[in-house]
Amino acid sequence: MMNYSSRPPEEPAVHAQDLTVVRGPRTVLRGLDFTVPRGQITGLLGPSGCGKSTLMRAVVGTQAKVTGTLDVLGSPAGHPTLRTRIGYVTQAPSVYDDLTVRQNLDYFAAILDPGRAAADRRHENVTRAIADVDLTTHADALAGNLSGGQRSRVSLAVALLGAPELLVLDEPTVGLDPVLRRDLWQLFHTLATERGATLLISSHVMDEAERCHRLLLMRAGGILADDTPDALRTRTGSDTVEAAFLHLVDEAIAAGRTKETTR
Amino acid sequence: MSTTTPAPARALNASRTTATAARVLRQLRHDPRTIALMVLIPCVMLFLLRYVFDGSARTFDNIGASLLGIFPLITMFLVTSIATLRERTSGTLERLLAMPLGKGDLIAGYALAFGTLAIVQSALATGLAVWFLGLDVTGSPWLLLLIALLDALLGTALGLFVSAFAASEFQAVQFMPAVIFPQLLLCGLFTPRENMHPALEAISDVLPMSYAVDGMNEVLKHTDMTAAFIRDTAIVAGCALLVLTLGAATLRRRTQ
Repeated sequence: MMNYSSRPPEEPAVHAQDLTVVRGPRTVLRGLDFTVPRGQITGLLGPSGCGKSTLMRAVVGTQAKVTGTLDVLGSPAGHPTLRTRIGYVTQAPSVYDDLTVRQNLDYFAAILDPGRAAADRRHENVTRAIADVDLTTHADALAGNLSGGQRSRVSLAVALLGAPELLVLDEPTVGLDPVLRRDLWQLFHTLATERGATLLISSHVMDEAERCHRLLLMRAGGILADDTPDALRTRTGSDTVEAAFLHLVDEAIAAGRTKETTR
Repeated sequence: MSTTTPAPARALNASRTTATAARVLRQLRHDPRTIALMVLIPCVMLFLLRYVFDGSARTFDNIGASLLGIFPLITMFLVTSIATLRERTSGTLERLLAMPLGKGDLIAGYALAFGTLAIVQSALATGLAVWFLGLDVTGSPWLLLLIALLDALLGTALGLFVSAFAASEFQAVQFMPAVIFPQLLLCGLFTPRENMHPALEAISDVLPMSYAVDGMNEVLKHTDMTAAFIRDTAIVAGCALLVLTLGAATLRRRTQ
């Protein structure tokens, strides 16, 4: 384990400078600058196709053709030492459909924390992760027989194994009923406040934005705003984050137009 | 990327490899029909072949021995190419490669799991052919088994490799005729390789299945391990290792 007390507390979990990602002929992210503070929930919001998933893949280190600076937990993104310190959940649940919930978690736990000596600790972690996502009663069901929402919770449980310092969750609440969504957001807050984890959560549902500590609003490969929900509402004179977002989009479009007409 | 801290060792991690092999076998255990098909079909085919050549035991000896080497290659090729393709499309591969799993661990895990299955399959098929269908082998049946196992490994390696070039299960299955059939035609199963057109014989000289079949025939005709047998097994094993390495190169941690 590393000694965290020696690290300056203000060092952010993620720091990006001029982050650009090219996929095929398209520039998906263009010169982004942002930071994700530690121990908080940062929401990544924007319409589908605006580059949220690509940004997350870049942070996790699975995205090719990333240029600019991108430091994650003090190392360059994709550094091998980060692999045990980051939990990542893709949009589509990535679990084995022909294994039970517990077998899925047992396997991923054995990859994160291998060896016979760690067997007890692994068993504990797996049981806790299953309980965290409220699937204890389904632990012995095949993942392929679960509902879509349940399968995405199995995928989330895998990311919770090994208590990662940074959790990157790509639309974790899509297709879940309101009760489960509330419970998951409670879990996210517990992870941040009690376990000190940093969470980067994407969503295109604006009402979830209100539950984040900080927001990164994205549109068309750029960042529109990087602020707290309160500050965003005050700045734009709106009642909701959704209204604030629309206000900022209109502003950006208007600014684009005046730039064109003055040219 | 800067490397201020030393990267984790590239070498195989035994625990992660066996965990992967156990996981692959566990997945198969939830699918008993696939296991039954893998294990029984070679036996049924050999049984069928025995009575197709009811009148000529010598032909059965030749073709039967060759097929003992070809079956594991084909089955393992199919199973591996579909299994790894699923791993790629389901996102589990991306997840695993974002974790501290070495590519070698993953590939060795697959090879170990399917190798175990291949042992069961080959043992059953060889036992049936030698003891019940009267396949006349001069050498030791253990050597037949050894070649069969290496063939299975080669099949696993080829399957893993081509899965990188298939975007769907449809394409993966089509690689079977593309990769396996030419080898099947040229491996000396239908006619001795030296009777082929010189151009085809030259091609068959560089295809690994030819050596699998040659090795089987060496065991069939000689009591001892001949130099040719050792050469053939070494070539099949070498090809399997080479293709496994190429397969590892197709696993990318960073993708588009």
